[in-house]
Amino acid sequence: MATLKNLDDLRKLREEVKGELQERFGGEIKIIVGMGTCGIAAGAREVMTEILKELRTRNINALVTQTGCIGMCEREPLIDIERPGERRVTYGRVTPKDVKRLIAEHVLHGRVVEDLVVARFDEEEE
Amino acid sequence: MEELSLHILDLVQNSLGASATKVEIHIEEDVSRDRFLLEVRDNGGGMTKEFVEEVLSPFTTTRTTRRVGLGLSLLDMAAQRCGGGVEIDTELGKGTRIRAVFQHSHWDRAPLGDIGATLMTIIAANPEIHLIYEHRVGERIFILDTEEIKDALGRDIPLNNMAVLGWLEEYMAQGLDELYGGEEGWRP
Ligand SMILES: Nc1ncnc2c1ncn2[C@@H]1O[C@H](COP(=O)(O)OP(=O)(O)OP(=O)(O)O)[C@@H](O)[C@H]1O
Ligand SMILES: [Mg+2]
Repeated sequence: MATLKNLDDLRKLREEVKGELQERFGGEIKIIVGMGTCGIAAGAREVMTEILKELRTRNINALVTQTGCIGMCEREPLIDIERPGERRVTYGRVTPKDVKRLIAEHVLHGRVVEDLVVARFDEEEE
Repeated sequence: MEELSLHILDLVQNSLGASATKVEIHIEEDVSRDRFLLEVRDNGGGMTKEFVEEVLSPFTTTRTTRRVGLGLSLLDMAAQRCGGGVEIDTELGKGTRIRAVFQHSHWDRAPLGDIGATLMTIIAANPEIHLIYEHRVGERIFILDTEEIKDALGRDIPLNNMAVLGWLEEYMAQGLDELYGGEEGWRP
């Protein structure tokens, strides 16, 4: 891989990325990571790092965001996955090792990873 | 927390929770004065005088999801254990500055750890905020300013684009490496 290290690289990168942006269409897949103190202490940053890495390796442009403590501290790290038009699913006690599976199954194919599920939201409830 | 960089991530979460749009992180590792300083400044909502006097206690929180707030009290305990402490400057409606000082050589001082992962996490999940990172190790300094990056990249491309994040990660890894003296350098 090329060594990129100054802001000039960004001007080159800009051209590559611009093309990509135009190709994208439809809704975006959302991944939300719990980042309260409880989440961070339980390993949310490591899970986030793994998510970013996996998305990049597989070239998936999902939207990764964060939320604070939602009161299920003992089940952190918590992550939500939501595919456009599908219901949102909350996964708990997620470890970096689970990330590959969550992305391969749920993010890419919409198959819920049952053994990690903590909650599901129906669209009407939100 | 096992790493000071996790405390930093946690402090920035407080800033974001207070609706900050600009967050500055300062780290100073000064071996000659045996001091490790970390500071987070934001332009968020701030706190009242009465509130801030109580805020290092775990029973002070504006959270509704649980009755205790852990972040600041954990940081204060960690700093005090290492011959330092936490200092808070805040003004309602203006912003907040949280500063934690540790004795650099103290046995119990957690390592800084993966600060790159902390910064990537903040930027990836909050590409719209203005983040300034300033890290000094002795005479050396590394600065990252997301406004500069946005200017170079162009405002139509979000910082959380995967290719941009990939570049950022490498850029930071190199900057931090140089900060610690490259190849022969040490890690905190
Ligand atoms: N940068 C800040 N700006 C404004 N208010 C703050 C800031 N940092 C902390 N506070 C206030 O202090 C309270 C206590 O913060 P602390 O980090 O200790 O706990 P918490 O954020 O409430 O919960 P936790 O950190 O456990 O997720 C917060 O609820 C918030 O009201
Ligand atoms: Mg907090």
